[in-house]
Amino acid sequence: MSTRMQTPTQPAATELARPPEAGRKRRAVRLPEQTLARNVLITAVLALILFALSENFDPFTNLRLATVAYYFTALAGLTVLTGLNGQISLGHGALMAVGAYSTAILVGRSGLPLAAALAASAAITALVGVAVGAAASRLRGPYLAGATLAFAIGLPGLADKYPSAFGGENGLTVSPPTPPTSLGANFPLERWQAWISCACALIVFLVLANLLRSGVGRSFRAVRDDEVAAQLAGLNVARVQVLAFVVSSACAGLAGGALVVTTQLAAPGAFQLSLSLALLTGIVLGGLGSLTGALWGALALVYLPQWSDDIAHDFSLSTNVQSNLPLALYGIVLIVVIVAAPQGIQGALHGIVRRSRARLRKNPATQEGA
Amino acid sequence: MTRFIDLTLNGISNGAIYAAVALAFVLIWRATRVVNFAAGGMLMITTFVASSVISSSGSYWLGFFVALAAGLLLGAVVERLLIRRVEGGPPLNAVIVTIGLLILFEAIAGMIWSNTPRSFPPAFSIKGYTVGSHTYLFGPFDVFTVLAVVGMATALLVLFRLTDLGLMMRASAFEPVVARLQGVRVGNMLTLGWALASMAGSLAGLLIGPQVFVGPNNFDPVAIFGFTAAVLGGLDSPLGALVGGLILGLSLSYVSGYAGASLVTLAALAILVAVLMVRPSGLFTSARARRI
Repeated sequence: MSTRMQTPTQPAATELARPPEAGRKRRAVRLPEQTLARNVLITAVLALILFALSENFDPFTNLRLATVAYYFTALAGLTVLTGLNGQISLGHGALMAVGAYSTAILVGRSGLPLAAALAASAAITALVGVAVGAAASRLRGPYLAGATLAFAIGLPGLADKYPSAFGGENGLTVSPPTPPTSLGANFPLERWQAWISCACALIVFLVLANLLRSGVGRSFRAVRDDEVAAQLAGLNVARVQVLAFVVSSACAGLAGGALVVTTQLAAPGAFQLSLSLALLTGIVLGGLGSLTGALWGALALVYLPQWSDDIAHDFSLSTNVQSNLPLALYGIVLIVVIVAAPQGIQGALHGIVRRSRARLRKNPATQEGA
Repeated sequence: MTRFIDLTLNGISNGAIYAAVALAFVLIWRATRVVNFAAGGMLMITTFVASSVISSSGSYWLGFFVALAAGLLLGAVVERLLIRRVEGGPPLNAVIVTIGLLILFEAIAGMIWSNTPRSFPPAFSIKGYTVGSHTYLFGPFDVFTVLAVVGMATALLVLFRLTDLGLMMRASAFEPVVARLQGVRVGNMLTLGWALASMAGSLAGLLIGPQVFVGPNNFDPVAIFGFTAAVLGGLDSPLGALVGGLILGLSLSYVSGYAGASLVTLAALAILVAVLMVRPSGLFTSARARRI
């Protein structure tokens, strides 16, 4: 899956517009120069790939796909905030909770159609993002980290405080979405869930990929790189920072909604501080500030625990060691990847591609020979 | 009225513990500009060490001092082996490494000591003093808690303000290049900063252990409130850490006593946001132009 998706996304998702290189001309497929046209094309290709994958996946893998998709939705929003605008947030897990509870209440209690409920959840979370962003725009570095951390641990407390509205510890359950009858009577539920979650991810990808190449995206980066210079250039720094927080929150809210569609449950246990930390980990692990990096991060967040679980089960060990080995492997992988590849997975891949291209250009003979 | 006094005393004793953890965050932030998310894991490990030593030797004080020494050692090792590699890189990378370290420490503790929390003995009786007919929620162990934290803070203050070593450490933190030109081994000073911070954390672990029990995840709330206290006071100011810890301890004690324990985390959020909106760099950071 990963190798197939890598080629089409890479040019749009890399953060900076690279000057056209000589090596590029060799490529068989030339993508359109115009940003919107290119991103629409890439999104359509991705949609086709995801459609083909979900048709062939078993129900379990389709749920995995849905999970990767909603993680990507949240990570893409966070990487815009942290990677492109330079604001750290340890509170995105709580923002996902806002979206998740909104969807659960709108669908479960108000009976809103799912698409409308998801859109409304993104909008509600964006509103919360205005408040958080306004506070955040006054804070920098570790102080912002501290405030958003307090937000992440404080907000789930509301579910306990108002059990009648939010269902307390048990949270709110939602009945599974029903696939439209036009898809056939036997259309598997998991595939439908994967489609919904992937649709959210693709919408967010399309919007963000265009946003990053627009004036708004440039203002995000300008504020990150030098606030004083950005101000001299006529930007209202605080307003740009709030806008980045709002965009990012809307993504987190949509991701929370997709999570509810996938798990059919909005409960405080799913939105602990560990979720916020995992999201931050995901964007840095994948490669900060790049949408492709967000995809690697989402895959890592879903498959790394799974993979370390499998490894742990391959050994026959005492219960204490056995039950903690996955956690230990996860911690070790985090540390090793960050120490070995400070730019994350996307940065490392980028480096490999660039080096091999440079080698090809230096002696073309090997290319013809190969 | 007695309830108010009870809550105040309880707040002071908890505040002292938050202050010790906050001090661990501040010392590390001053030395290496890293927010050490592994702090909770490090003090958890040293408290487990203390627990093992106490149960095998039978001596509380042996375990107490072994834990403090283990804290010193652990801080130094972590800085030398890992943090040194990510210092000066993108700031988020150091954060992620400490998160990875926290996860790793919690897993290692679970492997060695199992995930089931165990009780931890206090140094002195936790039974409250009785005045008249009322038994206050404040006993000999609470007195010890406050004295131990104040003693450690005073020792650190003396070290930083009155000794050559302290001067070298401050110089390494604020002007590393100049300090190196003057012959200060900056690397060693940063390691020492981490070691002292980790020792402050391990003291907090020993003091909160009887309350929360010793388990791989049991110290997470203390670490979070300690960090909140450090941010509240200002990450550059050890005095701020103490005051921040006290403010947080008192207010959380009142909120928990008068409004219910479920509001404690929300109250911490409200206090932190209220303070940061007025002073965006914490209470005790001297006003200084933002570095660009």
